[in-house]
Amino acid sequence: MTYKLKEELNKKERFAQGHRLCAGCGAGVAVSAVLRALDEEDKAVVSNATSCLEVSTFIYPDTAYEDSYIHSAFENAAAMTGGVETAYRVLKKRGKIDENFKFICFGGDGGTYDIGLQSLSGAMERGHDMVYVCYDNEAYMNTGIQRSSATPRFADATTTPVGTKSYGKIQNKKDLTAIIAAHGVPYVAQTTMLGNFRDIHEKAHRAIYTEGPCFLNVLAPCPRGWRYGMDDLAEICRLAVDTCVWPLYEVVNGKWHLTYEPRTKLPVSDFLEKQGRFAHMFRPGNEWMIDEAQQYVDEKWENLKARCE
Amino acid sequence: MRDRMSGNEAVAFAMKQIDPDVMGAFPITPSTEIPQYFSKYIADGEVHTEFVAVESEHSAMSTCIGASAAGARAITATSSAGLAYMWELLYVAASSRLPIVMAVVNRALTGPININNDHSDSMGCRDSGWIQIYAENNQEVYDNYIQAMPVAEHCRLPIMICQDGFITSHAVENIELLEDEQVRSFVGEYDPEHYLLKKDEPLAVGPYGISPYYMEIKKGQAEAMKESRTRIYEVAEAFAKISGRSYGMIEEYMMDDADFAVVLIGSSAGTAKAAAHGLREAGIKAGVIKVRVFRPFPWEELRKALRGVKAVAVMDKSEGFSGWGGPLFAETRAALYDLEESARPLLQSLVYGLGGRDVTVSTFEAIYEDLARTAEAGTVEHIYRHVGVRGDEEGIQG
Amino acid sequence: MNINEQSKWYELTTGAEIFEPATSREVKTGEWRTRTPVFDKEKCKQCLLCVPFCPDVSIPVERGERLETNLDYCKGCGICAKVCSFGAITMEEL
Repeated sequence: MTYKLKEELNKKERFAQGHRLCAGCGAGVAVSAVLRALDEEDKAVVSNATSCLEVSTFIYPDTAYEDSYIHSAFENAAAMTGGVETAYRVLKKRGKIDENFKFICFGGDGGTYDIGLQSLSGAMERGHDMVYVCYDNEAYMNTGIQRSSATPRFADATTTPVGTKSYGKIQNKKDLTAIIAAHGVPYVAQTTMLGNFRDIHEKAHRAIYTEGPCFLNVLAPCPRGWRYGMDDLAEICRLAVDTCVWPLYEVVNGKWHLTYEPRTKLPVSDFLEKQGRFAHMFRPGNEWMIDEAQQYVDEKWENLKARCE
Repeated sequence: MRDRMSGNEAVAFAMKQIDPDVMGAFPITPSTEIPQYFSKYIADGEVHTEFVAVESEHSAMSTCIGASAAGARAITATSSAGLAYMWELLYVAASSRLPIVMAVVNRALTGPININNDHSDSMGCRDSGWIQIYAENNQEVYDNYIQAMPVAEHCRLPIMICQDGFITSHAVENIELLEDEQVRSFVGEYDPEHYLLKKDEPLAVGPYGISPYYMEIKKGQAEAMKESRTRIYEVAEAFAKISGRSYGMIEEYMMDDADFAVVLIGSSAGTAKAAAHGLREAGIKAGVIKVRVFRPFPWEELRKALRGVKAVAVMDKSEGFSGWGGPLFAETRAALYDLEESARPLLQSLVYGLGGRDVTVSTFEAIYEDLARTAEAGTVEHIYRHVGVRGDEEGIQG
Repeated sequence: MNINEQSKWYELTTGAEIFEPATSREVKTGEWRTRTPVFDKEKCKQCLLCVPFCPDVSIPVERGERLETNLDYCKGCGICAKVCSFGAITMEEL
């Protein structure tokens, strides 16, 4: 398959206008990119954990999906999707349906890293033929920017506010992609929205068309929660990748591969300084914060490179 | 055909005869045997069902929600903490109007942990929008289960088929089973109008329902629950034709001329009937009302059956902690409010049988004696009491 | 699907399900906009890099060419203007 943006954009969009995500929201961009990776002739059931995405894309009676869609709760999207996929197998076996369906589940980092982790782990272990897509915006944005286990250290979130005795979140970000890879599922990848969208498209296509449970972790910046200008999505994603804060890689049948290595690895401060949630790190006397953030990213990056062949 | 089966096996056998599409379940005492028996049927190729061995009851209900919305007949089984863990999703299944069938084997809720029978689990979720049908014995569990799908799928409401943990779930009794063909034609094919996998008609399920819609959606559920009573009777009537066994919302035992009655749910009804029968021989006009369907609540039937009875004990196998009696009591009392005063019985709440506490014929004899004293005094001394609690002077010892 | 905030309870769909695709197109989110992308077709090289970046799927593509932004839905975030290397999109207060 050779990727051609023009051809992909000629396909009918499966994510519809009129949804009520914020202006500049990274989640909407991620969702339309992932759904664009479906082959035109295939049907899909899109499923969703309670999240910004859910409350903005299916407000009764307005669904923003061309395909079937289901939401039931916050912490159960993976198990629910497993139920849909199981029904598909049974009904196909019984001759009640004849079309090809793909199952794509979206959750935010709250619904994926945290409250839905058990449900996701169970569904991955059981081997349902589905793709779980985490759109990671690094906090509980739907309830107002509370910290999650995906929130990076030092971030100013509303439950880890910066104060005279606090420098923001204490803990580092949970490495969920590695946790899901440890389930031994056939395909796991980390991606975000870059350039001509080749990276996210190819990974989404591979995840959708690999049999068995697959997982995509998509960094999906949130202008309100991260406090950057709403027109800056592309640059924020680019900096996350070029500073190695969000490395791009995939794990195919247990083999780790880097899919992108920045020619020049930029200092992490280039990424941090664009965002209000890290503003306190740049105050005089707080240089140690940037140093420690850099050190953490460097260690993770070296470990990842060592893991990748 | 005649057989001998435990209540759990009877449910699993009914499931096998129905051959549903998807079962998602997680083991919990005392319902564990149901998915075990059923898994063996799958392993032996006796059913076409896909069993999803989920990692929790939460995921069991989530599996059922996904499968049911997708167009499949979806079932599960659980007890106690497992049911409590599903709680949030029970409301979701009901509001999405998914006719999921759940076998509940009633067990006490933890605090402290206890594996024995009471009704605190299903009573706790009585307001979740599920139809609830309870059984006295293994035969009824089987019969209720066969009737579950024709009721649920017609009303588009989920349904719980409840039985008492260990008392019926594990006790082996004689049972009359229908032939497979009879069951299949009685239950029929599941043919929903809209489902996620329908050709050329995408379906969206589970919206954000903002205030201008939420209450209209709830009204729809409320009306469906009210109307389900008619369907429950229709299905029971059709079932009687193939089985010879009749069911209603409640069962009345020796109530025609009863002076004293107990109202209760589940297996203890058999013990109460034995006691009432004995007392009748001694000239005491005792009767029993067994509530078979708790949701929708059989208020009309109870009002009719209790009219003119002198004294009544409404017995709850769950502590509502209302400080004013259990849930069955509260709702029965409300159902009698509109009776004229001369026909309105003296009513009291008895909480009994929690965490597997035994009740015997002599317990019921003590209760009827107490009702006779109450009737004679013409007033209820203590409205809210417990049965068989050591050191409880206001309670009933028996 | 003719459901609105005046619909009576029995006029809503059972289970609040919607059996029609993409009904959200009824919602014209363009009303939210405070800045508007102005597209200069002359400067555009049709690289299409702006299109997938639009969170509101509001840059239509036909036969491999982008058309005018669909202002019925564009919320005016300005991502398209920022990713354009050719200065073909400018954000203006309109």
